[in-house]
Amino acid sequence: MLRILHQIFRTGIVTEKLPPAEEAKVTLKGAALEEEVMRRFRRSITIRFVDAGSCNACELELQAVTNPVYDCERFGMHFTASPRFADMLLVTGPVSRNMEIALKRTHNAMPTPKLVVAMGDCAHDGGMFGRSYASLGGVGNIIPVDAYIHGCPPTPSDIINGILMAIGRIEVKK
Amino acid sequence: MTDDLKKLLGNIIDAEKSIDNSQRGALALNIPADLFAPAAKALKGAGWRLAAEWAVDESPFGRGYGVMAAYNKESDYLIIKIALPKGEAAFPTLTRKYTAAYRFERQINSLMGLVPAGHPDLRPWIKHEDWPQDAYPLRKTFDPEKDLGRVEGSYKWIRAEGEGIFEVPVGPVHAGVIEPGHFRFQSVGEDIINLETRFGYVHKGIEKRFESLGWFEAPRLAGRVSGDTTVAHAVAFCRALEAASMCVAPKRAQWIRAILLERERIANHLGDIGAICNDTAFTFMLYQMAILREKVLKNNFKIFGHRLTMDRVVPGGVNVDITKEAVKTMEDELQGLANEFERLIRIYEDNSSLEDRVYGTGVLTPETAKEIGAVGFVGRSSGQRCDARVQSPWPPYDEIPPNPPFLTSGDVHARTWVRIEEVRDSIRLIRGMLDTLPEGFIRVDCPAPLPGTSGFSVVEGWRGEIIHWVQAGPDGGINRVMVRDPSSVNWLSIEQAIKGNIVPDFPLCNKSFNQSYSGHDL
Ligand code: SF4
Repeated sequence: MLRILHQIFRTGIVTEKLPPAEEAKVTLKGAALEEEVMRRFRRSITIRFVDAGSCNACELELQAVTNPVYDCERFGMHFTASPRFADMLLVTGPVSRNMEIALKRTHNAMPTPKLVVAMGDCAHDGGMFGRSYASLGGVGNIIPVDAYIHGCPPTPSDIINGILMAIGRIEVKK
Repeated sequence: MTDDLKKLLGNIIDAEKSIDNSQRGALALNIPADLFAPAAKALKGAGWRLAAEWAVDESPFGRGYGVMAAYNKESDYLIIKIALPKGEAAFPTLTRKYTAAYRFERQINSLMGLVPAGHPDLRPWIKHEDWPQDAYPLRKTFDPEKDLGRVEGSYKWIRAEGEGIFEVPVGPVHAGVIEPGHFRFQSVGEDIINLETRFGYVHKGIEKRFESLGWFEAPRLAGRVSGDTTVAHAVAFCRALEAASMCVAPKRAQWIRAILLERERIANHLGDIGAICNDTAFTFMLYQMAILREKVLKNNFKIFGHRLTMDRVVPGGVNVDITKEAVKTMEDELQGLANEFERLIRIYEDNSSLEDRVYGTGVLTPETAKEIGAVGFVGRSSGQRCDARVQSPWPPYDEIPPNPPFLTSGDVHARTWVRIEEVRDSIRLIRGMLDTLPEGFIRVDCPAPLPGTSGFSVVEGWRGEIIHWVQAGPDGGINRVMVRDPSSVNWLSIEQAIKGNIVPDFPLCNKSFNQSYSGHDL
């Protein structure tokens, strides 16, 4: 126990300041949600994550956003296991044929307004996997998407910035 | 060919005359189809392991289908190929001899449409019930761009029935940030009596996709077979291609590749050791290990320009050099990492509540591991002395030999401890490689392979043995790429290891195996 406490004190706070968002890394789509709704989301956002066919590197970076260095909770972001509690659906990967139905069901199970953020180049347009009998391409082909976060995979800072931009909490630096 | 092998196969075939010189990277024999199973029987008897089994549509050459099996014993790999006559779609099953053939052949059946005659269970694999029955993506006649539509169908689950038995289905969408797959438990109270897994959810048609790519863009796809193993898969693909085109990467490039491989091993092990502890509710370790992992990834970005070092391995070498400053950065990093890691491991060893959860949980016995042909740290935790870096070392592992640990208890603790020891060993290896980093080029021009040739390669990734096999078509382009991630064999082991455990321990067990869904589903 003493060792654990000692290690905690040695470690201190490792959380880093979030670098400024870059415009090229995010594409916002469609009409922004109503001002009132957005205002509420700005305080905290609950995210349901679905891997719709990714190569799993996107998941590694998404797991990293919860680590002490990026600590997404400080921005009020947290992940939920149930779509019923979720404000935002975060999707990675091209949508595989075998995940299409599960993705739609998760989306349906969410309360409106359903913000959808597609993360990674695959989720944008299928990436290296393209469009085929097994890969249906980007998430936008299956459900309406509000924002795309680019990168293969996007870095943890890009992910946090992208989510903050999607809920209108930060403006993009031009 | 060794005399042992000649003698072993002597009763069945004239081994010398069967050698196929168009296949490179491993000894390959062409044998008549009816000898496929007898050869397997002889090899099994002599202790060979079935490492992979796959099929190839050779109609572009004016031939029928080929079915191939790759075997391994100690340092040797052997490919046995049978050619089916045109119009013939059945081949003899190897399941009677090898358990591992069970899923390999279901996959061949689902995706290539060949029938392993005598296979006990031909329910489709990867291809879910709503696929048209006759859609065989790996056939040359299949148009990959056509939408297949969905049909009515059902999947027959294996069911345990009786009083008090209930069924717990989990997935494909899971609670955490992980990949999709479906698990079905039959349990009495909390005790699991049977687990059946079902995958294919992240099947994106990778093997078919390769066939539409050029040789030099294909490594990018290989690096996305399983993103956490991007380096190892890219190395495996490039080595298979280099074997086919008889190209050798410069020494410096081989060292850099190995440094990348070991860094990938360290980063993944750190993340998983933390995650395993987290599944025993020891969150402290999750965060501490995540901090260490983050340091490695940050340096990856600084030195190699990508946090996971994707797309750094290319045919003929690598595309990023290690500067003098980078050597210094890595040496300092490893020093800091080693110190911190040892502190944390002392805490791991001291923690009795952790001990309670990890000892004796999720046991994969050495016998089962052998039967399945488990590879990598899963195999090494269950008494299998398997590590391609040691058994059939390629440079620089021949000069700087790894010293992987072997345990026999096969429980969650063993799988964690093997990985702890491997972090230590990888730190030592990278130091050794940095000390002996050869001067010279980091890349040579790798020619495309000659039409009809093929290349086979084996690379020990952080999860275990990865196999790639590439074949050039009559036009010199890619005719077929076969990818065998360690997950394709190791997933079988979790069904075996979980029996008799309780449902709440499943996440912990699963994490201790941490196999790839993407690498399996392709
Ligand atoms: S965007 Fe890149 S990292 Fe993310 S799933 Fe696609 S290939 Fe993998």
